[in-house]
Amino acid sequence: MSVVHFGAIRSDLQPGESALDGLLRNGASLAYACKAGTCGSCMVRAVSGPVPARAQVGLKDSWKARGYFLPCVCHPEGDLVAEAAGSDARVGAAIRSLKLLSADVLRVRLVCDTPLDFHAGQYLTVVRERSLARSYSIASLPGDVGENPEVELHIRRVANGRMSGWLFGNAGPGDRVEVQGPSGECFYVAGRQHMPMLLVGTGTGLAPLYAIARDALRSGHRAPVHLVHGATRPAGLYLRDELLATARSHANFQYTASVLEGGGDGCVTGPLEGLLATRFPNLEGWRGYVCGDPGLVKSLRMKLFLAGIGMPDLYSDSFLPSA
Amino acid sequence: MHIMSAATITLYEQLGGAGAVEAAVDRFYRKVLTDARVSRFFEGVDMDRQRAKQKGFLTMAFGGPHNYTGKDMRTGHAPLLKMGLDDSHVDAIIELLGATLREMGVAENLISQVAAIAESTRNDVLNR
Repeated sequence: MSVVHFGAIRSDLQPGESALDGLLRNGASLAYACKAGTCGSCMVRAVSGPVPARAQVGLKDSWKARGYFLPCVCHPEGDLVAEAAGSDARVGAAIRSLKLLSADVLRVRLVCDTPLDFHAGQYLTVVRERSLARSYSIASLPGDVGENPEVELHIRRVANGRMSGWLFGNAGPGDRVEVQGPSGECFYVAGRQHMPMLLVGTGTGLAPLYAIARDALRSGHRAPVHLVHGATRPAGLYLRDELLATARSHANFQYTASVLEGGGDGCVTGPLEGLLATRFPNLEGWRGYVCGDPGLVKSLRMKLFLAGIGMPDLYSDSFLPSA
Repeated sequence: MHIMSAATITLYEQLGGAGAVEAAVDRFYRKVLTDARVSRFFEGVDMDRQRAKQKGFLTMAFGGPHNYTGKDMRTGHAPLLKMGLDDSHVDAIIELLGATLREMGVAENLISQVAAIAESTRNDVLNR
């Protein structure tokens, strides 16, 4: 007899019954549509217990790595404990340091009270005074230094932004915040090291891409890893020295800076779409990562898909601005 | 001893099941996005959701497990009818489906069967 748990609900599955049907029969509130393992509406995350491979067919590698599965096609053998997708908890954290990386980007390093289990490229929601919450991608790698390493975030200055205004103006080392997460599915998944990677982003979209690229290199990714960072003007670019140094120390890493106006000094001038179309006309067999402004992410995702990257190998994170 | 005859192997199994759907969906989706006859119906839609729908459609057209009903087809395509969806667009989709399978090296007799299943949804899709 197989048993599935979801929150407070326990379901003893009948012969042939899927985990979804069993949970619904016991009153669980779960979204679903096709019940055939195709639409993904009912996806949940396994906390413990065996997840049959069939219940993860077609899911992104990053989802599989985090234990996500489709209960509608899940017939577990044994006890399976699941939770809703994206359940998060908050932990306390202290600001360790603040440093300007450019006129409008602030590097904030936090130390969490409890070590965070995260993938480079996921995001955290920083909560201040319990009511103000903003999400920022993690630019550092897990296990960088020590057992509870600093977590690095890149904060963009937002006009009248409540969180960024505080961080840029008033915050100091030792100040306390809470963090929720990590969340997000845009990260490097080890394996398939023959696949070249293209990482494209604008503004602080660089934060997750910088982390993902270093994670890939540290994991021994052998195929080329191309990182393209776009900005309106050169002043919007940052971490250039670090990225150029990474390119010098890793033969398979390449960094391109692209601006709409005022290029030169190693910067390409022109729209990002044009640069990608010229430099990367055929992306079949590649993995793609796109982060930054939502409109640009949407348009670039489509372009990378049409250039040949399969949807399961196309990762993205849209940064929704809030004041 | 049980001897499996050709007749007991379903179309879905002959095509390769869920793996074939996964292999076909990106090719098929790229084709509809770039085909001038039908691309406008796919503009601005969420790519992940659209891909999931396309997988559902391909699974059904491949003779696989699905829960599509005529009513789903009618309600799902109602907004597109307002945009001018007609027989010519259904023709184009079936053609692109065939071209996708041909690129994957699927035999013509199987492609005809897939086209016939897709064809069977035409009146529901066009709400006739």
